[in-house]
Amino acid sequence: MTATTIGTTTLGTWRQPSVIPGFGLTFGLTLTYLCLIVLIPIAALILRTTTLTWEQFWAIATSSRVVAALRVSFGASLAAATINAVFGLIVAWVLVRYRFPGRRVLDAIVDLPFALPTAVAGIALTAIFAPTGWIGGLLEPLGIKVAYSWTGIVIALTFIGLPFVVRTLQPVIEEIDREAEEAAATLGANRRQTMTRVLFPTLLPALMTGFVLALARAVGEYGSVIFIAGNLPYQTEIAPLLIVIRLTEFDYPGATAIATLMLAISFALFLTINLIQAWARRRLGDV
Amino acid sequence: MSDVSLTAPSLRAAATSRAEPTTEARPVRGLLIAITLIFLGVFLLFPLVVVFTEALGRGVFAYFSALADPDAVASIQLTLLVAAIAVPANLVFGVAAAWAVAKYEFRGKAFLITLIDLPFSVSPVISGLIYVVLFGAQGYLGPTLQSYGIQIIFAVPGIVLATIFVTFPFVARELIPLMQEQGTQEEEAAISLGASGWQTFWCVTLPNVKWGLMYGVLLCNARAMGEFGAVSVVSGKIRGETTTMPLHVEILYNDYQGTAAFAVASLLALLALVTLVVKTFLEWRFGDELSAARR
Repeated sequence: MTATTIGTTTLGTWRQPSVIPGFGLTFGLTLTYLCLIVLIPIAALILRTTTLTWEQFWAIATSSRVVAALRVSFGASLAAATINAVFGLIVAWVLVRYRFPGRRVLDAIVDLPFALPTAVAGIALTAIFAPTGWIGGLLEPLGIKVAYSWTGIVIALTFIGLPFVVRTLQPVIEEIDREAEEAAATLGANRRQTMTRVLFPTLLPALMTGFVLALARAVGEYGSVIFIAGNLPYQTEIAPLLIVIRLTEFDYPGATAIATLMLAISFALFLTINLIQAWARRRLGDV
Repeated sequence: MSDVSLTAPSLRAAATSRAEPTTEARPVRGLLIAITLIFLGVFLLFPLVVVFTEALGRGVFAYFSALADPDAVASIQLTLLVAAIAVPANLVFGVAAAWAVAKYEFRGKAFLITLIDLPFSVSPVISGLIYVVLFGAQGYLGPTLQSYGIQIIFAVPGIVLATIFVTFPFVARELIPLMQEQGTQEEEAAISLGASGWQTFWCVTLPNVKWGLMYGVLLCNARAMGEFGAVSVVSGKIRGETTTMPLHVEILYNDYQGTAAFAVASLLALLALVTLVVKTFLEWRFGDELSAARR
């Protein structure tokens, strides 16, 4: 709808005339507030980074500790997003398609990671997976260390990213036309073939969007991770924590350089989401 | 849609003798439900339960004395104060932004929406850092402000700013798709019947979006009270002065006062539970009055 109305805009006029008053007030307020709260502070961060020469910036970005922290952040985030993609697909499917007692409660609780403060999630997960904890205590004799290790980071990031995959997939699963499945069955496909050849391709764009959303959230996550990670430099130190450490050392150039690097990565991920959605629209009409 | 409901029962009746063609076999269904229960149980229910069992682990007395601690009380007060400033600020902004975006056609609208969503894709730590760069002692404006005796970083204003930043998109993002769906006809009718802009807003637009607005405020508030990363960067963690509840949880936890940490955390977990219950209620009762993106 918006696309068609934008299409009729005559060249040269920036805004279509409207009888509804208040454009100047609301648009002005929006732009002012946006500039003051978001754009100017982010611009200040980038400006601060540009006071570094390119060589200095490169030296910080490729210093072994920064590279190690980025590797930990990205490795753990990719692992967590993958776990979420696999289990999120199952959870979304079960919550939409099956009827069983407790389904509504489970459906509501999927949003818990959005609502529960990250610090609370962090200490709760640590209490569960620490060597003295309920699950950690069971794994300890088996030689599996979860808390204070890379695995712990993955656990925390899985918690944080869980709703993204499920909530992206659910509406798409609801919209699936059952006739396509019926047609596949009529044409002789067994359920597994229908699943892999008919349903999965339909869900793939949403699954990828959810995956990247979970990944983007995980890469920047701080609160839930620092309790469970152990925070050993070069091993279990995530990039956001390294920014905080640089700040407490009053190493502003170091902190801002890592932050700018991470901002660039976030924007790249954000762009990826948009590309996936554009691709899906071309392929499937609408998502 | 309608012919599906006509054909589906007959198909299903025909298929009862064999496996149903459009669902999984029983054992597969059972397995998938079991995986869902275990996964959500371990990752979501279990942490929630642990918060309360750890908090009450040393009895009710220890629990309440942890909450009555002056630093804990100060952190609760600060959290409420910060939310009381950040949420209304973003409420006013969200309504204005949604009005500007949904009721008019102008170029660059998609770009504006992208900018409004920007804080969601910024790491919480960076959300705090940007204000340190701007207002900190070594920042662009910090020294000037300090010469006037105004301190923003390591003080309450910085915490408020960082909280506003991270909760910036919540209300706007909820209202924009909802108001776009509703179109402009009702407002145009009100204006042509002689209503003023304010009258149109209060009597026509607001009643149409009130549940969506509440939904956005609810999520905005949950995040405002629970924000950790951004606030920890700007707060300086001066006990009893610049510690919000999540920061107080961290301090207690690192002090090996586990029970007290979980006691304060249990209040935040309760807030999360209340948020989820109200949210589920709004979706269930007023689902058709929330935006399609939320249904």
